[in-house]
Amino acid sequence: MNWWTPELAAILWGMFQALVILLGAVLLGAALTVVERRLLGLWQDRYGPNRVGPFGTLQLIADMLKIFFKEDWIPPFADWPLFVLAPIIAFASLLLSFVIIPITPGWGVADMHIGLLFFLAMAGINVYAVLLGGWASGNKYALLGALRASAQTLSYEVFMGLSLMGVVALAGSFNMRDIVNAQEGLWFIIPQFFGFATFFIAGVAVTHRHPFDQPEAEQELADGYHIEYSGMKFGMFFIGEYVGMVLVSALIVTLFFGGWHGPWLPPILWFAIKTGFFLMLFILLRASLPRPRYDRVMSFGWKVCLPLTLINLLATGAVMLLVGG
Amino acid sequence: MTTGTVDNPQANADNGHLLDQFREDVLHVQSTLTGMPVFWVRRESLVDILAHLKQVPAPFSMLYDLSAVDERLRSHRDGLPASDFTVFYHLLSVERNEDLMLKVALDESDLRVPTVTGVFANASWYEREVWDLFGIHVEGHPHLARILMPPTWEGHPLRKDYPARATEFDPYTLTVEGQGEEQEAMRFEPEAWGMQRERDGAEFMFLNLGPNHPSAHGAFRIVLQLDGEEVVDCVPDIGYHHRGAEKMAERQSWHSFIPYTDRIDYTGGVMNNLPYVLAVEKLAGIEVPDRVKTIRVMMAEMFRITSHLLFLGTYLQDLGAMSPVFYTFSDRQRGYEVIEGITGFRMHPAWYRIGGVAQDLPRGWEKLVQGFLDWMPPRLREYEKAMMENALVRERTRHVAAFNTAEALEWGVTGPNLRATGCNFDLRKQRPYSGYEHFDFEVPLAQNGDVFDRGQLRIDEMRQSLRIIQQCVDHMPTGDYKADHPLTTPPPRERMLQHIETLITHFLQVSWGPVLKPQESLQMVEATKGINSYYLTSDGNTMSYRTRIRTPSFPHLQQIPAVMRGGFVPDLIAHLGSIDFVMADVDR
Repeated sequence: MNWWTPELAAILWGMFQALVILLGAVLLGAALTVVERRLLGLWQDRYGPNRVGPFGTLQLIADMLKIFFKEDWIPPFADWPLFVLAPIIAFASLLLSFVIIPITPGWGVADMHIGLLFFLAMAGINVYAVLLGGWASGNKYALLGALRASAQTLSYEVFMGLSLMGVVALAGSFNMRDIVNAQEGLWFIIPQFFGFATFFIAGVAVTHRHPFDQPEAEQELADGYHIEYSGMKFGMFFIGEYVGMVLVSALIVTLFFGGWHGPWLPPILWFAIKTGFFLMLFILLRASLPRPRYDRVMSFGWKVCLPLTLINLLATGAVMLLVGG
Repeated sequence: MTTGTVDNPQANADNGHLLDQFREDVLHVQSTLTGMPVFWVRRESLVDILAHLKQVPAPFSMLYDLSAVDERLRSHRDGLPASDFTVFYHLLSVERNEDLMLKVALDESDLRVPTVTGVFANASWYEREVWDLFGIHVEGHPHLARILMPPTWEGHPLRKDYPARATEFDPYTLTVEGQGEEQEAMRFEPEAWGMQRERDGAEFMFLNLGPNHPSAHGAFRIVLQLDGEEVVDCVPDIGYHHRGAEKMAERQSWHSFIPYTDRIDYTGGVMNNLPYVLAVEKLAGIEVPDRVKTIRVMMAEMFRITSHLLFLGTYLQDLGAMSPVFYTFSDRQRGYEVIEGITGFRMHPAWYRIGGVAQDLPRGWEKLVQGFLDWMPPRLREYEKAMMENALVRERTRHVAAFNTAEALEWGVTGPNLRATGCNFDLRKQRPYSGYEHFDFEVPLAQNGDVFDRGQLRIDEMRQSLRIIQQCVDHMPTGDYKADHPLTTPPPRERMLQHIETLITHFLQVSWGPVLKPQESLQMVEATKGINSYYLTSDGNTMSYRTRIRTPSFPHLQQIPAVMRGGFVPDLIAHLGSIDFVMADVDR
């Protein structure tokens, strides 16, 4: 048994953790599609899917079966390498970002020094999914959706990074565990409220969730960039969006709401409760708000959110200098 | 110049002076039951007369309707100028609250009229329809193409020699090649519409929105010329929902056409029956009891509310708000429970009859209606609070797709869309019918004529409709639900069982249908979406000789390019939502 070394055990344990967390994220994303429909039903005075299994709990399986067996059609006028690549990027980039999330003191995939930067990079890559998907589809609606997505992402990526710099400055690190540990006394939502507000807005925009779903605006572009996708390729866009929701919720919890910290309950539960709360908020936003015009969305980004993050960053720096000095 | 008698002699006298300078050009003044003077004029001076009428003091500023009649088989034409095809121009003056009709007689060998698009912009679609359905050439028209029928269609369906039944044709077949040809015929050619393909070296995108699109509210196609997301120009394309309702009217008895009217504006239910039966009753000379009038008003207003609820939900959904449509639909369901309880059917009750309604109100109807009346007001307030006062909704709708009263009249816009510009013109007040003069209600108005006003105004209209229905509940007259008149169809059943004469009449009226004297009548009503009217021509038969259905949605769609040039795609969607149209109402 001399091959069983502590290193190997650590590697295996790490792989196990990675597998559980990534699979968990995907399954949670998939389950959310059904949870969302049930919640929307509740808020809209109707039932939602309640026929498959008790209270519709098996709806997810029915949906997955259907989507797996659907014809995976590539339109003849599409640019097929890019057309195939786009959903993979959409799905993988956000899923990979999960590696930086520390779920409990003992659980987490990677403990990187550049944790937060990795997420920003992945969010940057995620845009290509929409851009390539919209371009390669050879469809005018998809193209308009891609145009909107690129304009919108340009506007929102700028201040998304900046909105997190206050947190980084306070914690003194890009490392997610350091950031969580720095919140043991006081959650960063208090000193970094404006950082939170702008990051939340940017996070909704990055996942293309309502009210920032202009790239797919059903009433205008009839589903925009993924209009030509079907079967599992559409499924990857679709689940990717929900994985994105889970990711952004988990990030908000980690960065502003103390991660796993909380009294009485075990850390994993605290993390789950807080993340669940933000997931619910995402769905509630969709149920309640109309969609602003996309040029307004952009001017809101540049004229309100960007100045706000800059002021927030300046003020954070000034306070730190004053208190520290 | 022969002078006929019309319903309103005063109006006739005034309007006689109107055409003083064209004394030579007026060939005949026709006496009708349409309630307006009808002048037959010479084709050569038609455009001049129209231009004159548009700029007299208190002008006839709206071309309300324009269509034609194939007169070749008409046997009762006593005293009318010789004509194979007659094109009529129905003008409306809001200031005078009067109408006027011009008719032009055409010979079969010389089927052409000059275009009047230079005087009234909205003549364009009507003239295309005249070309499409009658084959009358309109000289000088900017784009004389088929509008309701497919571009590949052969023949002109509203001609009397065009068959009305499928059994008179060979069975329809469509081959793969044929399908390809049909689709190729639908390809949009910008040059045909005088559009540029590029500007300053940059190509425009031509986006085909519809006929299947989530926000097209039915089978409606609009081709957009886009610069980025800016709508440089657009071309609406209709006809995908055309069912030939006017042709069917010529093959159905006066009575059996009633269910077809339900399907013209399919969200309007019995509201559609109203102008038709009122026009038929004018021809038949039936005066209905007060109870009938009040029941008709009550049910028509019920349908105004359900139609406006549908509007409100889809309007907000087009703005991207997902939930309201579910709330308005559940309210609408409550409305339909009342409607179903009274008429026995939901969307298309076909419940009005010539000279009455189908049945008397059921026992306990007051409670049913009162329940709905009590339910609605807090809900309407909630929609205002949650949506119309929402900053995002206001940002999407304020000053978007706005037009003023003059533009609205120029394009033939009526109903809530006209009143949203501040023009106080509601037929229920201006030309009361079916006893509306006895009701106490207000006409909501707005000022800006934008998407927001058109939405808010309909919420206010629902409140007024509730008020009218409340008065119906409180003061429902007693009496019969059918007029005691030989032409009432079907005749009262009680006497039929006792009396052989009535039995014979009953039999004839149910099998053949009533025979109406040769005359022309017209009735407008303030329908859910604007002014809807039926212009009936009887040739002394069991069937209508010509039924012209003027619907409000048709001109509303024609106006879209004039409003949307320079707007953004999301604004166009907001505008489409705010017009409140259904394609059945456009294409008939």
